[in-house]
Amino acid sequence: MMRNVSYALWRAATIVAVALGMTAMVEAQEQESPEALVKRVSQDVIATIKSDPLVQAGNQARIREVMETKLLPHFDFARMTSLAMGRNWRAATPEQQQRLTDEFRTLLVRTYSGALNQYRNETIDYKPVRMNPGDTEVMVRTAVQRAGGAPIQIDYGMEKKADAWKCYDVVVGGVSLVTNYRDEFNEQIKNGGVDGLIKTLADRNRGVAAK
Amino acid sequence: MRQRAALVNRVLGVMAVAGLAGCASAPSHVDPLEPANRAMFEVHEVADKYVMKPVVDVYTAVVPKLVRTGVSNFFNNFDDLFSGINALLQGKPDKAGNDFGRVLVNTFVLGGIFDVASDLGIERGGEDFGQTFGVWGFPQGPYLFVPIIGPTTVRDGTGLLVRIYVGPVGFIPDVPVRNSLYGVGAVDLRAQATDAISIADTASLDKYIFIRNAYLQRRRYLVHDGNVPPEKEEE
Repeated sequence: MMRNVSYALWRAATIVAVALGMTAMVEAQEQESPEALVKRVSQDVIATIKSDPLVQAGNQARIREVMETKLLPHFDFARMTSLAMGRNWRAATPEQQQRLTDEFRTLLVRTYSGALNQYRNETIDYKPVRMNPGDTEVMVRTAVQRAGGAPIQIDYGMEKKADAWKCYDVVVGGVSLVTNYRDEFNEQIKNGGVDGLIKTLADRNRGVAAK
Repeated sequence: MRQRAALVNRVLGVMAVAGLAGCASAPSHVDPLEPANRAMFEVHEVADKYVMKPVVDVYTAVVPKLVRTGVSNFFNNFDDLFSGINALLQGKPDKAGNDFGRVLVNTFVLGGIFDVASDLGIERGGEDFGQTFGVWGFPQGPYLFVPIIGPTTVRDGTGLLVRIYVGPVGFIPDVPVRNSLYGVGAVDLRAQATDAISIADTASLDKYIFIRNAYLQRRRYLVHDGNVPPEKEEE
């Protein structure tokens, strides 16, 4: 009797393990499409916002945790920083590039984590993506429908990386959250060099934290 | 009526002079008047902090959301009418049809206080005179920052003056009523912008430049109805 039970358990465990292994293999072979990725991640985040009382109450620590685990792994912050830097990116040393990426990431996360609990039952339309096989960059276009307001277009610039598609730009109503920084970064670099920009970003991040 | 025309002429004149001055100094740059604009921006920030923001905070705290939405809808209804006119001027009859349809439906239901048309799925066109001038090929002209009104350009500012000139609020003979409408309209606009302004406060290294870039990107997007031609990479 005992042996039968343990045998059944063993078999069940084997089946589960094989099934998991196969799913992993299928996923490795067929990379999730950028459109499916944007849809899956945004629906996952929305489901969390809707169901998590701490997020609804505006608990910043919990909001940061949700962002860090569910949202941010799908962004390529080095690429975002290089886009915001423009031609100045190449003038920076690898170490400076790393520091810039870290500071810029912090600034973006601080800015937009405040908006995460502003969700009010908006629905998102995902527009069909025009894309040729072999394309490594694509815009995933969405429209957020608000009750009693004009829809807001939110587009995600996606780049194909080795393991998955990553987001490198978010364009809200035609305003790129990344390239919008280019003139500000340029001005900082003109006045104080790359290190000047790093310092300004770091100060800004500390100042925001102090508020 | 004549007084208003004279005022508009004078402001247009100032803008034209500003435009010429801009061309003389740095024709390629979008913001040749930056020093003057930054001064105006400082004035705006002070006025916003001590006048507009407190008024808007009281407005948001005291007036229920339903009423505030009604106020927005009331003004949007007029904007939709002018959006329809501008859609026609730009040769977009489908968009114009939507806008005029919206105005008919919404005006019929309690004078535009409820946005029934959006519930029916009729999208707002969101066109204005500044965009029409852009579609017609008029150059954008120098960027301008005007206290209380905010970011604009010579082209968009001219569009705004045309809009103010053709009405309908300007045609109300009763001055207190007219000014109240302008005031409530301004408070409504500022209240709607609150979230965007708080993002600019947190996100920017230089708020003036942040707002300028966001404004110019947004207007470019609107003029091209979302199909912005790819920008040349910076040299």
